[in-house]
Amino acid sequence: MSLLDYFRSSKKNTANTAKERLQIIVAHERRKRNSPDYLPQLERDILEVIRKYVDISPEQIAVSLEKRDDELSVLELNVTFPDDKR
Amino acid sequence: MAKIIVVTSGKGGVGKTTSSAAIGTGLALKGHKTVIIDFDIGLRNLDLIMGCERRVVYDFVNVINGEANLKQTLIKDKRIDNLFILPASQTRDKDALTKDGVERVLNELAKDFDFILCDSPAGIEAGAMMALYFADEAIVVTNPEVSSVRDSDRILGMLSSKSRRAEQGQDSIKEHLLLTRYNPERVEKGEMLSVDDVKEILSIDLVGVIPESQAVLNASNSGQPVILDKDSDAGQAYLDTVERLLGENVPFRFLTVEKKGLLKRIFGG
Repeated sequence: MSLLDYFRSSKKNTANTAKERLQIIVAHERRKRNSPDYLPQLERDILEVIRKYVDISPEQIAVSLEKRDDELSVLELNVTFPDDKR
Repeated sequence: MAKIIVVTSGKGGVGKTTSSAAIGTGLALKGHKTVIIDFDIGLRNLDLIMGCERRVVYDFVNVINGEANLKQTLIKDKRIDNLFILPASQTRDKDALTKDGVERVLNELAKDFDFILCDSPAGIEAGAMMALYFADEAIVVTNPEVSSVRDSDRILGMLSSKSRRAEQGQDSIKEHLLLTRYNPERVEKGEMLSVDDVKEILSIDLVGVIPESQAVLNASNSGQPVILDKDSDAGQAYLDTVERLLGENVPFRFLTVEKKGLLKRIFGG
């Protein structure tokens, strides 16, 4: 970088932005890719069951299947309940 | 036994055909009998990059349909011994390729060749899936740019789930990253993803880095694979890539900006 550039440059490093964005989206897509086909339906079914008792929206439920090793997979279910209990 | 290598990327315009032509030519230069197959049915271009567009008589689909045999269809390169091209059909669509048909042609080629290079079409549809299905190794061509890197990751997913090796539970396809249109100057300014950035995101082995180069357009203009332009940076980078592909340990070049003199450093330019 030249001396003139040094005084001129106040631009931010867009390569770092690109890298961060890619790391997030690639990790997200890999997780989705490696999950079984039935996971979205499972998520909808669980949502329906919970809705019989508590009023929650689809955003308040997250289901993920994590493979720890060849022997063990963990199904993680995360439900955020509304504040007012009924 | 022949080694089948797919040159793929997901995204279009990143340099698959340029790389297929260069690497195929390089393998032949190294004395290996090589055939490059154009899988881009309907949009054939490998013939143009290789400079044999006026010698196409029959094509890949003709062979699959039994309308011509391989001997009639393969185009022998006039510059290099041991190098052949199997052109794509210009008139049919992608559905003309059947798994059985492609397998039959590959098996026949495998008897005779050391390397079968499959130049994949862009996208993740039938044509691209067919190009990667039978592969032993894959060269994933990527530009240091967000959409190309993301698409490459998609293709890596396909390689590990939709290939014959995956379906039959064999050893997985050996994946190589080929970074093209690399501009060290912009990397240094923080305007372009670096080699290490892309390697870290995709986490596969790097087989080559091809600098952004005038030589590539000059080569395609004249129908000469750029690897034959031995004085050019891109030509030399492809030659290094071929040697690495053959298992040699070659240091990477063209990754940093050439050092400028003191005056240039002060006043820029």
